[in-house]
Amino acid sequence: MNRVKKAKGFWSTMAVVVIFSVVTQFLINGGTLNSFYVNALFSIGINIILAASLHLIIGITGQFSIGHAGFLAVGAYASAIVTMKLGLPFPVAIVVAGLTAAISGLIIGIPTLRLRGDYLAIATLGFGEIVRIILLNIDYVGGASGMTVSHLTTWPWLVACVAITIVVIVNFTNSTHGRACISIRENEIAADAMGINTTFYKVMAFVIGAFFAGVAGALHAHNFYIIQPTNFGFLKSFDILILVVIGGLGSMSGSVIAAILLTIISTFLSNYPEVRMVIYSLVLIVMMLFRPQGLMGTKEITSFLKLGKSAKGGVHHDGKNTTA
Amino acid sequence: MEQFIQQLVNGISLGSIYALIALGYTMVYGIVKLINFAHGDVFMVGAFIGFYSITILDLGFFTALLISMAACAIFGVLIERIAYKPLRNATRIAALITAIGVSLFIEYGTIYIRGAQPEAYPNGIVPLKSLEIFGVKISGQSILILAVSVFLMIVLQFIVHKTKIGKAMRAVSHDMDAAKLMGINVNNTISATFAIGSALAGAAGVVFGMYYTKIEPLMGIIPGLKAFVAAVLGGIGIIPGAMAGGLLLGVIESLVSAMGGSLWRDAVAFIVLILILIFRPAGLFGKNVREKV
Repeated sequence: MNRVKKAKGFWSTMAVVVIFSVVTQFLINGGTLNSFYVNALFSIGINIILAASLHLIIGITGQFSIGHAGFLAVGAYASAIVTMKLGLPFPVAIVVAGLTAAISGLIIGIPTLRLRGDYLAIATLGFGEIVRIILLNIDYVGGASGMTVSHLTTWPWLVACVAITIVVIVNFTNSTHGRACISIRENEIAADAMGINTTFYKVMAFVIGAFFAGVAGALHAHNFYIIQPTNFGFLKSFDILILVVIGGLGSMSGSVIAAILLTIISTFLSNYPEVRMVIYSLVLIVMMLFRPQGLMGTKEITSFLKLGKSAKGGVHHDGKNTTA
Repeated sequence: MEQFIQQLVNGISLGSIYALIALGYTMVYGIVKLINFAHGDVFMVGAFIGFYSITILDLGFFTALLISMAACAIFGVLIERIAYKPLRNATRIAALITAIGVSLFIEYGTIYIRGAQPEAYPNGIVPLKSLEIFGVKISGQSILILAVSVFLMIVLQFIVHKTKIGKAMRAVSHDMDAAKLMGINVNNTISATFAIGSALAGAAGVVFGMYYTKIEPLMGIIPGLKAFVAAVLGGIGIIPGAMAGGLLLGVIESLVSAMGGSLWRDAVAFIVLILILIFRPAGLFGKNVREKV
């Protein structure tokens, strides 16, 4: 019964997504939305994917990674090589970008995820910088001047990728694996003592997060005509981190809402980059001082919609309670 | 061989700047267990204060150095009081995110106030002669940097080991709650730590400006991160470790650039960091500590 209800909910959500995407596509084609708004929409989509993928690592698994721009860069360059150098179609590029980023996530995750808290943060930050410097030094991908990429990111591809990302991450969170990850977030040593293979789950979440960051990288690269290593410095990592933190550490819908809101704000402030960063940083400090759990905390938007049913954490579809 | 020694000398002067910044990181981490990301930006502010004292106020190098240290000490205490103190009992991730926020705020606040254009440090404020020993040319600036750093490190050792506030700092870093019970004013001790660490960063900023002649609002990021690497390398929380780590990192970097890898220089620091974290997470001078639930 529950499963039928959930499936219905899933398909109706998907129908809304498809209708939204088709309507927006018509608006774009018809020229109702000018290029400014179209660009903003594309940035929102890419940022949603990035925020959701980092949310899985920081919000669900509690691993404080601040090198996410590294995976974005890996994905962007891998996809650019696939389409521009090898001449393969764009969907292949998206998949390759995701896989390359996932593999680099695996390579960096296995050794560094033994570290905790601040050390992991600084190691991932270092990883992001290493990726940037490596890209800077490879002539095949243009070094500092970067690569020109043709504009292949289309609205349907973007919506599809966003939808897949959200569905996969939400389902992962609600699965056995996801609950193992949440237990690691709550107390790693206790989770370990309860027989959870913490390294395995941390690496798993890290790799999935890296995969989607790579997908976002492919969309990003084919949206902006040119990619340069400087675009993927740790400022970019901080940008993504801010989305997750402000949305709420542990709330998927929070991350998505923050991605939408902050992208709109920063698009309007893009003519004043200094002001934008000053406001960003002030928001970050004030947020941490007065509401360290972020806008939504660990609550999801759905728990506001059905008040009373799940006041504490969320009651998942299998009837088990998690105090998420 | 001469080339090698020359690089070693360069590495030591660079490394002593890293060591000065790393001392602030390591002291703060030892007491409040927080990576003070804003520390690199205090270094930048110190460089600018030194620059303006020399060019606008027309002061000598050592006066500028002192002014910059004093101003940075106040600045560091302000940062601690406003941004970090309310979060003392919060989660470590919240504190870390605040530190990132403060860092971005200082950087872009500076850009907002004075623009992003770099400034050139004036030359020849201190009459400097180069020394030549066995064919190795040591520039006067290198000697100055080394002298300033060594002097400040000796002063720091004296403060930490011989004074009352140093004793309080050691007690708080050992066990904050027990120190409180013994009547130590923890808040003042933490502020003093921030003041000393930031003063050292300010001094590092001025000597950095002298050495590299170019300063800009975002210059604190990379030296700040490398100084953190140096602190981890020596064992975070350990003062001699930070000095040794800083010097070692500077030497490694100079040797890498001497071997033709100057483009890879920044990457090497992070590779060293990851290797150290994997193989010896407590640092070169540290002991392993058991974790409890």
